[in-house]
Amino acid sequence: MEAVASHDEHAGPHARGLVRWITTTNHKDIGTLYLCFSLAMFFIAGFLAMLIRAELFEPGARLFSPALYNQFVTMHGLMMIFGVIMPAFVGFANWQIPLMIGAPDMAFPRMNNWSFWLLPFAALLMIGEFFVPGGAAATGWTMYPPLSVEMGPGMDMTIFAIHILGISSIMGAINIITTILNLRAPGMTLMKMPLFVWTWLITAYLLVAVMPVLAGAVTMVLADRHFGTHFFNAAGGGDPIMFQHIFWFFGHPEVYIMILPAFGIISEIIPTFSRKPLFGYASMVYATVSIATLSFVVWGHHMFTVGFPASGQLFFMYATMLIAVPTGVKIFNWVATMWRGSLTFETPMLFAIGFVLMFTIGGFSGLVLAVTPVDIQLHGTYYVVAHFHYVLFSGAAMAIMAGIYYWLPKWTGHMYDETLGKWHFWLTTIFFNLTFFPMHFLGLAGMPRRVADYALQYTTLNQVVSISAFGLGLSQLIFLYVIVKCIRGGVPAGDRPWEGATSLEWTLPSPPPYHTFETEPVIS
Amino acid sequence: MNAVHTPQRYYLAPPSYWPITGSIALFTLVAGFALLINGVAAGAYVMVAGALILAAMLVGWFGTVIAENQKGLFNKRVDLSFRWGMSWFIFSEVMFFAAFFGALFYIRNLALPMLGEGQTVRLLWPHFVPAWPTAGPGLAQRFTPMQAWGIPAVNTLVLLSSGATVTWAHWGLKRNNRRQLIVGLALTVLLGLSFLGLQAHEYWNAYHHLGLTLGAGVYGATFFLLTGFHGAHVTVGTIMLLVILARAVKGHFDPEHHFGFEAVTWYWHFVDVVWLLLFIFVYWL
Repeated sequence: MEAVASHDEHAGPHARGLVRWITTTNHKDIGTLYLCFSLAMFFIAGFLAMLIRAELFEPGARLFSPALYNQFVTMHGLMMIFGVIMPAFVGFANWQIPLMIGAPDMAFPRMNNWSFWLLPFAALLMIGEFFVPGGAAATGWTMYPPLSVEMGPGMDMTIFAIHILGISSIMGAINIITTILNLRAPGMTLMKMPLFVWTWLITAYLLVAVMPVLAGAVTMVLADRHFGTHFFNAAGGGDPIMFQHIFWFFGHPEVYIMILPAFGIISEIIPTFSRKPLFGYASMVYATVSIATLSFVVWGHHMFTVGFPASGQLFFMYATMLIAVPTGVKIFNWVATMWRGSLTFETPMLFAIGFVLMFTIGGFSGLVLAVTPVDIQLHGTYYVVAHFHYVLFSGAAMAIMAGIYYWLPKWTGHMYDETLGKWHFWLTTIFFNLTFFPMHFLGLAGMPRRVADYALQYTTLNQVVSISAFGLGLSQLIFLYVIVKCIRGGVPAGDRPWEGATSLEWTLPSPPPYHTFETEPVIS
Repeated sequence: MNAVHTPQRYYLAPPSYWPITGSIALFTLVAGFALLINGVAAGAYVMVAGALILAAMLVGWFGTVIAENQKGLFNKRVDLSFRWGMSWFIFSEVMFFAAFFGALFYIRNLALPMLGEGQTVRLLWPHFVPAWPTAGPGLAQRFTPMQAWGIPAVNTLVLLSSGATVTWAHWGLKRNNRRQLIVGLALTVLLGLSFLGLQAHEYWNAYHHLGLTLGAGVYGATFFLLTGFHGAHVTVGTIMLLVILARAVKGHFDPEHHFGFEAVTWYWHFVDVVWLLLFIFVYWL
């Protein structure tokens, strides 16, 4: 792919200091803001995880009251999902999509700024919850009524934070869709787009489709809490199960919102370090579309214990299993891309291979949970916690780390510290597996999730898990150090630090000029 | 590619304070609301402050965009971006209403029959008949459901006519007939205001004569949230139409370039379609 060189005649002085970051309409600045926000929230929500593991180090609930423990669990989940993973992916989208499709910026630069600057205020609401009477929301991130109807003011703040986050996500998604559909350089046809761009197009569609549904669901909770309605109260003809239906109609597509961009990042990295084009590009696109389509009809597998008729259980079970097919296509294609490639194992590639292996474990435990009778046994146990951390930590979060190592040289102009990067990968992978693999056994043995205490027989494994979790948490400080070090300086990266990388951003200088592609490049 | 290619310049928006103003406004608004509903009366003032900042932000931000447009800074591609943006925004609104319609259908077709089937309900509330409309088995409140063929039918006519008048205004704009554009828009605004007036009267009637309140079981909940959010959208749509009317009076828009006008008509037709669904599923059937 060749691009006509961009020129930079309008890259005059822009505002400096805080004003630059508050008022910026530049996709690179906003991408940086998203990524920094995500990193900060990663350590805040990660600290909550450390508190959870400290409490579970031994039975007896000695450190925190069970109520406070539940607040930690809830806010850990909400912050990791809405404050870490989603903003990180939007950060990647901001930096990469315009560079990859040859656009000057995002389609709506001012709205782009607003999408970001809503996030710190939502975070302020969520952190502030710990300081109001009754403390933070303690319902789990799923906010099921009747519990969520009965909580203190912290729940209202959660609801409003979700409204604000939803507005941010919808605006961000509309911006991304419009940029991809309307601002591609001449010659950049849809089926020539890098797979990262494709996965974000589908993700953005899912966001526009389901974030408003979540807004509706929490609005009904708000109305039941304060305005005397009976949506979720059987005495008034309502139904608490209805919340679960509406919530998971949002919730399952949300799961793919958090994994499809990860698929995109991995699909950029593996071909680069295999020095081969991606195997089965078209099938990757169609698999992504299939996964997104199926995500709308599988929500019931989160609710197998509510008393569905057998027909409902069968439908949701088979529909869920069907998702393994397009996902399997993707795993196959990644492996086939590596097959007979000239592989090298720089840090991004290590994270990408780790992703493929460990995400597959999470995918398999997902298949196990799709089997209704098995799920009825495992519902609400640590098996589920193990499952979704395999897809969200070793899936989404490790793909984010892979992407950071991959593009950091492009963004900063410096190479990161390869030795420390490899240390980060190996420590993260080892501690991650030691933290979450034993949770499968704990779950199979019946240990319930979201409880501050446990029966004595679970003690040994929980101690292994807690110690590993502290190791996992500490290992992330290496990540922070590598990023800061890379921003401050290092070996110059050159335009194309990875000789196998072919997409459009590698034709630009590192770091790219403040404005790129003010006149459109031509893709031949 | 051998064909001669004329590079197209893009429009790049300059830095702006409006977004951060909007964030502060929304934060102030919800913080005030959270205080108010948790028993701190002063929260109302905080809310009002938030709403005022929000209004200022909207006026300023849209004013900036309109001014840029009047200066001719936008090209065809920006126009197409606005079209995509508005379409997807309306799609997100469709999904927001889908959540509440979904709740209505779920309650009527699944939850209510199931509520009537169980042993528990027979023991606790032996006289409960699981038929729509209902306030549920456990509430003492009695209410009269809203009849379709009174005000709601009139309102259907009002909104459908407003769809026609706004299209007539559009024809005027395309033929460069300013008078027709302005008269059509003014009529549409009047019809929108009439709808809102009738809706307010209907609510007043529901609360004072029919015993139909937010607390009237799941019928009251779905009725007021569905029609209430629709009413809020009609209000916003009417304000948008007023802005477009003011711009038309000032001489903005020409027969080829008037996406601001079209976006508002798209929104207005969307609100119209939601009303038709409300009329059928909330009032009539």
